[in-house]
Amino acid sequence: MTIARIILIAALALPSTVALSAPAAEPMRFKSEAIELPTSERIFPDGPGAEAINNNCVACHSAGMVLTQPKLTKAQWTETVNKMVHVYKAPVDPADAAAIVDYLTALKPAP
Amino acid sequence: MDTYALSRRAVLAGLGLGGLAAVAPARAAGSIRLPLPGGPDERALTTAFPGKGEMILQRTTPPLLETPFEVFDEGVFTPNDRFFVRWHWAGIPTSVDADAFRLKVHGHVDRELSLSLDEIARLPRFEIAAVNQCSGNSRGLFEPRVPGAQWANGSMGNARWTGVRLRDVLDRAGVKPGAVQVRFSGLDEPVVDDAPDFKKALEIDHARGGEVMIAYAMNGEQLPLLNGFPLRLVVPGWYSTYWMKMLSDVEVLEKPDENYWMKTAYRIPDVPGANIKPGQTGFKTVPINKMVPRSFVTNLRDGARVPAGGPVAVRGLALGGDCGVKAVDFSGDGGATWFPAKLGSDEGTYSFRRFEGSLPALSAGTHTVKVRCTNANGLVQPMDPVWNGAGFMQNGVETVSFQAA
Repeated sequence: MTIARIILIAALALPSTVALSAPAAEPMRFKSEAIELPTSERIFPDGPGAEAINNNCVACHSAGMVLTQPKLTKAQWTETVNKMVHVYKAPVDPADAAAIVDYLTALKPAP
Repeated sequence: MDTYALSRRAVLAGLGLGGLAAVAPARAAGSIRLPLPGGPDERALTTAFPGKGEMILQRTTPPLLETPFEVFDEGVFTPNDRFFVRWHWAGIPTSVDADAFRLKVHGHVDRELSLSLDEIARLPRFEIAAVNQCSGNSRGLFEPRVPGAQWANGSMGNARWTGVRLRDVLDRAGVKPGAVQVRFSGLDEPVVDDAPDFKKALEIDHARGGEVMIAYAMNGEQLPLLNGFPLRLVVPGWYSTYWMKMLSDVEVLEKPDENYWMKTAYRIPDVPGANIKPGQTGFKTVPINKMVPRSFVTNLRDGARVPAGGPVAVRGLALGGDCGVKAVDFSGDGGATWFPAKLGSDEGTYSFRRFEGSLPALSAGTHTVKVRCTNANGLVQPMDPVWNGAGFMQNGVETVSFQAA
């Protein structure tokens, strides 16, 4: 095989590898990751049912997102609390669930 | 950004910078107001999350972090440390050992695989630019409002993803005849026993189509843990609910997936644009899927001031959705007349595309600019906002109101 022929073969072979897989690049090297996530101290403000919501809800999610929801109806809050209990398996006593719905329905979303 | 961060630290340290309000009025207290109709609209800005710069705090646990909108004016790619973050369950591993990690491939295959990161990195490399957008991006702007994460427009980002084709991994396992879907799961898990682990599935032909990939890098760096280190599924043109973070399990199915996250959650009305009227019933639903075109002005925000009597530069970002951007047009008269914007460099079908244009000289007073993307399939953004009860797939034409003075 002549040198010219080898060069021709190399030239023909190049585009498919160069274009798609950048052969010059070294395989990715990975560095282990370890982080610490911040936690929220925020609790639900006082009011009827505050104890129920603080006892039952913040183990899975922080309070902030609940308190930044728009004004929602009792039906909407009931649907959300039911989803938390029946689908997401939050272990909430039925009496507490009712108190939580009332607490949420009474929320007056502030800016 | 450094200036803001330094200024805030200085304030926290009790130095009291008198000029801060003038420099950054919306941020003086380390918070921001989002344009959420009826509120609550105030959100803290946070730098407390590892690997992340300043982000809008939507929820601490599990994290929901929104990209401040000015980041989108800085370029076509979204920096990793400003890329939005969204987790479903609080059981997020806070450490991942790169040597011990294995990706499991199993189910309806000839050979189960357990691949190390180094093995994956030796497979043929694949790279694509693609927008990752939350199904519920812009949910907080819906009217009437709907429950859920109250995002403004910042739960989206564009990155250059590097990794391997899912097809190449599936071929190593050998997909058996009769496979119908592939299901994906990550290392995160629910806090409560029996709650549905977060899993998503794609049709087998889509999974093997050559674009769906397993990314180990975004924008040239390994993924931040909060964006899914070490591996993340990338599904170009589809909403990010499918882009499984900390991908650890790929399961080939011979029956369609009926898990909660496919069968019940992340469903949209099966009507054009997922757009219904509040209270409307009687429609079928389907799993959310392909993205739709959007465009955003990034150099002008509501309430901006520009000099009267001169042309007004308009600059922004567009995405085509499940195909490229064909055109972006803008209007300074409420949509009566439209001007074509000049499109920036094409980074790929699924990438953001920059655009720029100029409104004719304006008289003093309040003006608006609207932007509208037409994608390569001919789909045009609707003039009116989209509405559905889950707050998904918003892509109505955006309007920015500003003052010429």
